[in-house]
Amino acid sequence: MLKQIEGSRAVAEAVGLCRPEVICAYPISPQTHIVEGCAELIRAGTIQHCEFINVESEFAALSVAIGASAAGARTYTATASQGLLFMAEAVYNAAGLGLPIVMTIGNRAIGAPINIWNDHSDSMALRDAGWIQLHAETNQEAADLHIQAFKLAERLSTPVMVCMDGFILTHAYERIAMPDQAQVDAFLPSYQPRQVLDPADPYSIGAMVGPEAFMEVRYLAHDKLLQALSVIPEIQQEFKEIFGRESGGLFHRYRLEDAETVVVTMGSLAGTVKDMVDERRADGVRIGVITLCSYRPFPLDALRRALQGAAKVIVLEKSLALGFGGVLATDVRMALHGVDTLVHTVIAGLGGRPITRKSLARLFGRVERGELKDPHFLDLDLDLVRREIDNQRNQITAGPIAENILRDIGPRATKVG
Amino acid sequence: MSDMTAEQKVKFYQKGTFTVGNRLVDQARRSVQASMERSNAITSGHRACQGCGEALGARYALDTAMRATKGQLIAVNATGCLEVFTTPYPETSWQVPWLHSLFGNAPAVASGVAAAMRVKGRQQVRVVAQGGDGGTTDIGFGCLSGMFERNDDVLYICYDNEAYMNTGVQRSSATPPTARTATTPAIGPEPGNVFGTGKNLPLIAMAHNIPYVATASVANLHDLERKVEKAMAIRGARYIHIFVPCPLGWGSAGHDTIRIARLASECGLFPLFEAAHGEVTGSLPIRHKVPVEEYLRPQKRFAHLFKDDDGSARIARLQRMADANIKRFDLLRDVEETPL
Ligand SMILES: Cc1ncc(C[n+]2csc(CCOP(=O)(O)OP(=O)(O)O)c2C)c(N)n1
Ligand code: SF4
Ligand SMILES: [Mg+2]
Repeated sequence: MLKQIEGSRAVAEAVGLCRPEVICAYPISPQTHIVEGCAELIRAGTIQHCEFINVESEFAALSVAIGASAAGARTYTATASQGLLFMAEAVYNAAGLGLPIVMTIGNRAIGAPINIWNDHSDSMALRDAGWIQLHAETNQEAADLHIQAFKLAERLSTPVMVCMDGFILTHAYERIAMPDQAQVDAFLPSYQPRQVLDPADPYSIGAMVGPEAFMEVRYLAHDKLLQALSVIPEIQQEFKEIFGRESGGLFHRYRLEDAETVVVTMGSLAGTVKDMVDERRADGVRIGVITLCSYRPFPLDALRRALQGAAKVIVLEKSLALGFGGVLATDVRMALHGVDTLVHTVIAGLGGRPITRKSLARLFGRVERGELKDPHFLDLDLDLVRREIDNQRNQITAGPIAENILRDIGPRATKVG
Repeated sequence: MSDMTAEQKVKFYQKGTFTVGNRLVDQARRSVQASMERSNAITSGHRACQGCGEALGARYALDTAMRATKGQLIAVNATGCLEVFTTPYPETSWQVPWLHSLFGNAPAVASGVAAAMRVKGRQQVRVVAQGGDGGTTDIGFGCLSGMFERNDDVLYICYDNEAYMNTGVQRSSATPPTARTATTPAIGPEPGNVFGTGKNLPLIAMAHNIPYVATASVANLHDLERKVEKAMAIRGARYIHIFVPCPLGWGSAGHDTIRIARLASECGLFPLFEAAHGEVTGSLPIRHKVPVEEYLRPQKRFAHLFKDDDGSARIARLQRMADANIKRFDLLRDVEETPL
């Protein structure tokens, strides 16, 4: 059924259709509307046989989820940013215990300085925790990915994060084809845990493992994520058969035929990039886009094949490894290891900085003319940054950086894009 | 492990002696452990130190909970000595389904298990969460308070050995003043843990108005069993704080564990009481009051108190704390017959 609906609401309803049994969450922007939606759907009886637990922190949210999942309940939670970091220890733990919890991340920057807007720093910080990380490009895909995520998580006994851009997707109203219950029931079997806490068959779960076996346990966890590389496309296909839509998979391809330049990106940014690609194509530029859906596991081989023939790759990412550079770009370079392809790292949109068509047009122009230095920070105010660097060099007590910069740029600071 | 039945028949090797569960007292006063049919949550063979109060306390508490629920029990464990010594991979001592997640989240994990049981209509399966004093009063405190506040159907048991033992005896917020730990060494102007710090978790638990709070001790196992049994008969959040001496951390003899635990209560430093919905409902009177010195002396962690006049002054201060407990919980009241 087509619905004009907020992204967060669509996710809440999609999760509800998956017949979750325990939902626990702690509020943080921009995830709040999702969990409010879940709470309301449960209270209203739309989601039945489900416990909603208001917890005292994100650490507790995921810990409750761990207990519920280990006891055999289909379990869901959602968070973002500081909340994801607050639960970090439990994030690793849930994966180590092999619990198929599904968690939405409303992607948001990490402070200080505190910032509620979108970038990918949060999920990137926990990319190696053993969770599958899927990134939604649109709200339709966000809703669909949740339905796929439960199936994927339970088939592999691995937790799954569904990442969706904070505000840009979570708070956007769009027309979405909402699945109906019969379709979801046909797609998603009930949860059969691999191991469960049951007095009739008492297992000890979470025992200590020493050096004699830890490597093997870790290897098996790694191998499980690699298996997801084939399970994700299988589930994408199964989904298509029932819902008639292309959603999910390892990555999406757009106008890759004969492309000399390929932009690799993740999340909602792909929409703007595709528009730009259409423009460039109209001008005869051979350019295409790959939008990664599965960031973990990272589809090294498939990506390498897809990028065959490209002379230049522009990795456009909303993350920055401080003291190093690009995060996604590093992974893409790994996929292209030994291949003579020029890879540009472009860091963009941190803390919600808008990524405009104008900026992208400028960027593509510079790439075409071979002018781009690596890494490139899209729309970085270099003058401002230099002034502050000088300021700090000349004064021992220069004061707080963020406040200095806000003072320096003056009234513009209040204008949030 | 899975092919064993949860409730095992126990083999006693010293039949006919006094050693196993006061079998000479009349039936009503016998401990659960005296029964050949007793449940067995934690089997022997674990790696606890000799005389470990925590191992003893956990066995009695969990056996009782197992019996009270007819084996319909799931245990959640925080990181700490109990977790480590019972589950050295690939072995386990647990005969109940058991889950260890992290150091600071056992109460929340237990809430999750309870929620799963509720949603699946399996409320007959009950949940016990357990942790050391550090896991309870410090790092797990937020989760514990949340579990209490929501009145989740979980019995939380704290095994209080008054320090972080598993990591080598560091101070926790349950470490008493003057106690020497690895992070409160017995040197300087205020040797050992300082006065005026720490928290009293049973009282904080009571402030949540949960249906049941109790303190217990391995020196009085019958009382401990009774309290666990009582707790298991109640729904909602329950808290039992068990005093468990640690020979390794306290510098006491392994064979003195019970004696030291008894002295802790007899001197008034560890009062045994129960509370319901925020009100104290009863306490165990002191039978033979002893000065705090008697409790402190057999423990090396307090040895510095017996060296000089400053030490004597600190002992006097500890005595005042004990006296305040005695007054607060009316521990020296006259009783005709000692209740169990
Ligand atoms: C987040 C985290 N911090 C620290 C530790 C290290 N650690 C493990 S057990 C433990 C001490 C446990 O003390 P307590 O809870 O009192 O239990 P005990 O060992 O004394 O029974 C500590 C500090 C950990 N495992 N996890
Ligand atoms: S260190 Fe203490 S608590 Fe830990 S096993 Fe030994 S006696 Fe028990
Ligand atoms: Mg301790």
